[in-house]
Amino acid sequence: MAADRIEREIVIQAPAEVVWGVITEPSQISRWFSDEAEVQARAGADGTLTWKPGGRGGDREADMTVAIRVVESEPYSRFSFRWNHPEGTTPDESNSALVEFSLAEEARGTRLRVAESAIAAVTHDEDSMAAYRESHEHGWGKHLGELLDYVASEIPSEAL
Amino acid sequence: MKAGALAEEDALWAAVADPTRRRVLDALLERGEATTTTLAEELPVTRQAVAKHLVVLDRVGLVTSERHGREVRYAVRPERLDAASEAMARVAAQWDRRLARIKQLAESVQAQTELHS
Repeated sequence: MAADRIEREIVIQAPAEVVWGVITEPSQISRWFSDEAEVQARAGADGTLTWKPGGRGGDREADMTVAIRVVESEPYSRFSFRWNHPEGTTPDESNSALVEFSLAEEARGTRLRVAESAIAAVTHDEDSMAAYRESHEHGWGKHLGELLDYVASEIPSEAL
Repeated sequence: MKAGALAEEDALWAAVADPTRRRVLDALLERGEATTTTLAEELPVTRQAVAKHLVVLDRVGLVTSERHGREVRYAVRPERLDAASEAMARVAAQWDRRLARIKQLAESVQAQTELHS
């Protein structure tokens, strides 16, 4: 595995179109990723992810907004985007990390894979990297132990 | 995390992101210590390239260098290598958390759909 690429996967007991909706619809993205999301599932679409004070952004004092550009969008199968490029720039390998989701239907549901690569690319700009780390570390907590309970308690029941 | 620590971790990360540098690190780990010349004999790159990569690795503290007479011997600092792999492990853990959340959301949506059908 490349040093700046990680790959994870999970099997979900739901059809691919349901999983697709969760990973691409802004109203759902704001339940597992940022606090607010402006994203269109269309290749080339520019959007933003915003973390709010008191939200998943934790104890931040102001909104933090990160740029995102959809690279590929093949319904129920592939969704990828670049993120963390400096505002107003065109994202490429040198200034942004690439996140790739792939979905595969199986007997028991859908296998969802995610890979994030070129993470080191965002180190060229210290500010954006700081924001990146902040969004990750404060937004998701540093401790590995709290995982599933935390996830369970964070999703409001009326949202489901 | 303080800005200084952030910048330091970023530099570390960038240092191990290069595939040739990872091979240099691997070769060093295998040998315990080595000179630029012995590393260049083992790797498909020039002595100059190895020297350049060692400078980067030295700068972020991933390797140490010690002069023995006319030659400089390099060795890996394992604790720094751990810091770099920890940074990757953190990103992986964040995605595990997001995937767990996506799973929960999708399965709830699905359960709701089945209830109404």
